[in-house]
Amino acid sequence: MNIVDMLLTHAPALTIAIPLLGAFLTPLISRVSEKGRNIFAIIIVGITALFVFLMASEILANGPMTYVFGSTAATVQQSTVIRILFEVDALSIFMAIIGIILSFVAVVYSYAFMEKNTGLDKYYTLLLLMTTGMLGMMLTGDMFNFFVFLEITSIASAALVAFWTNKAKAVEAGFKYIVISTIGALFVLFAIALLYGQYDALNMAKIAQSLGISGFTFIDKIALVLFIAALAMKGGLAPMHMWLPDAYGQAPASISLLLIGATQASLYGLFRIVFTVYGEVISLPAISIGWILVLLGLITMLIGVIMAIIQTDFKRLIGYGAVAELGYMALAVGTGLTIVANADPNITLQTAPFAMKAITGGLFHVINDALDIGLLFLVAGAVYYATKETSLNKLGGLARNMKYTTIFFIIGLLAVSGLPPFNGFASKLLIYESTYQLNPILSIVAILSSILLLAIFVKVLHSVFLGPALPKYETVREVPKSMLLAMAVIAGIIIVFGLFPQVIVTNLVEPAANALVNNSGYLQWLTGGF
Amino acid sequence: MIEMMLETFETGTGYWHPLVWVTAFVIIFLIVYIIRGFGEKKYKKGTGQTQAFLSGNKEYDKQLMHVQSSNLYWGWTEALKWIIDVLKKMHTGNVSDYVLWFVVVMGILLLFVGLM
Repeated sequence: MNIVDMLLTHAPALTIAIPLLGAFLTPLISRVSEKGRNIFAIIIVGITALFVFLMASEILANGPMTYVFGSTAATVQQSTVIRILFEVDALSIFMAIIGIILSFVAVVYSYAFMEKNTGLDKYYTLLLLMTTGMLGMMLTGDMFNFFVFLEITSIASAALVAFWTNKAKAVEAGFKYIVISTIGALFVLFAIALLYGQYDALNMAKIAQSLGISGFTFIDKIALVLFIAALAMKGGLAPMHMWLPDAYGQAPASISLLLIGATQASLYGLFRIVFTVYGEVISLPAISIGWILVLLGLITMLIGVIMAIIQTDFKRLIGYGAVAELGYMALAVGTGLTIVANADPNITLQTAPFAMKAITGGLFHVINDALDIGLLFLVAGAVYYATKETSLNKLGGLARNMKYTTIFFIIGLLAVSGLPPFNGFASKLLIYESTYQLNPILSIVAILSSILLLAIFVKVLHSVFLGPALPKYETVREVPKSMLLAMAVIAGIIIVFGLFPQVIVTNLVEPAANALVNNSGYLQWLTGGF
Repeated sequence: MIEMMLETFETGTGYWHPLVWVTAFVIIFLIVYIIRGFGEKKYKKGTGQTQAFLSGNKEYDKQLMHVQSSNLYWGWTEALKWIIDVLKKMHTGNVSDYVLWFVVVMGILLLFVGLM
């Protein structure tokens, strides 16, 4: 076995271990050199990214990877398999790619953005812990392990939201975040306990298999409801979204970017539970979980855009925009499920017309949302860095002094509004067309929300960047190069995804959508000797 | 790889080719730019031609000339005041209310799924 094969074999564990170890080494390195600590954090996330991409190439070529923590042979005690498994399929790795891109950009951006702050040893430690938790949620195949990583992500995120402790609002937002996260996690744990009590297992594939055999008991239904409600709240779906603008709005911009990944990790958990764990029973015609997701998606989009349009704080406005964008994902995935539930009983997710297109559109929008909203947050951070102001009423005329930042904002604006030829257009086109097949009104609401998103961000463009040069911002200069580089990386990916959507959909999104709807691949390890 | 990059994006009922769109955009931009070249050439930057005409009134301070964010989309927000007011009341900022919404949604879901 050569070194690459060995690294590949242990890649699922190393993807978690490296940022975790890096997190605890950061305070030590900070004592030696502050600049060294910042570079160390970038290197750690960079190495983790290499492992994620290494795994991606393997999984997309040869199928899911399974990693056993503990003995390779099952340790059986009273018929219960005791060990932890990481099961990494195309969906997990798709999410991990999003998470690691956000994490890498966040850590590069932080280099200059957080330069003048104190307590950065804690900042980088928490940032790496957050990355660990987020990736852990995406890679694990164990229910309880998912809960542990959810907690790690939540605690690190809450501390980072409240990082600027001199701001009362930031501390308040951090408090709200930890309350909401703890309650959400508690109900997730309760649901896990219900399933564990029923099936004597914590492994997702094992539970999925047992659920298929037992049917769909009342306890299973309660567990499903707890999972959906808790993860939808953590995933920012309305009307449980209210923590999101608070947290996104008050966190440092680099952390707002990373919070998108954490939010999407919860949505991933929701989709994983619905499609994989409950995959065997979810398509039963009587149970329209799809409609629940569709309704949550619609409410989320509408509340997000209407609330965004009246905001006067730059980051809070983007926070509501992010809420609206999350609605598209729930709408699309819910549409896929509903089409199947309404169809002939012999039709499955894979064969139902437009169901796969809807889910592909929803997943494609996951990555597009992370990039588009992420770029807008970085721009908001750049404006704050240069002016120390986030009120849209007090900003203006910055395009004269911050040309590159303005260009990045325009790219983000066009992408998030779903205008061609940017990435948001491609995924939204898939969503519009597939939701139209279920009910044209869904498509109309989705298009209307996109138009409103355009209106909202045009307002920001006018308020912040256009208009006469304001005397108080005469001395404002463009932000440091590392911040520009971070924004340029995301803007570049947005343009590439927009110009070549078929490449991304074929190679990355469709395998993820197939992995989501076809849980037999995920369950294969049960018969594969593990 | 290049062949794949040039592939048309299929959406189920339609097609989308960004490169064709970009090419069309560039061509239209060039045509518009050429037409612009036939326009008035007497424009002189930095002269009285470029100053705002304010009926003889003194120009306001630049800060005051900028239309602020709160003043944008006034008609829109006024027309939708009824729903905006409801949503504002909903967003209390109180974390207890956030949890209440969670409980409400969970209760509805329990009824919805449990009864099926």
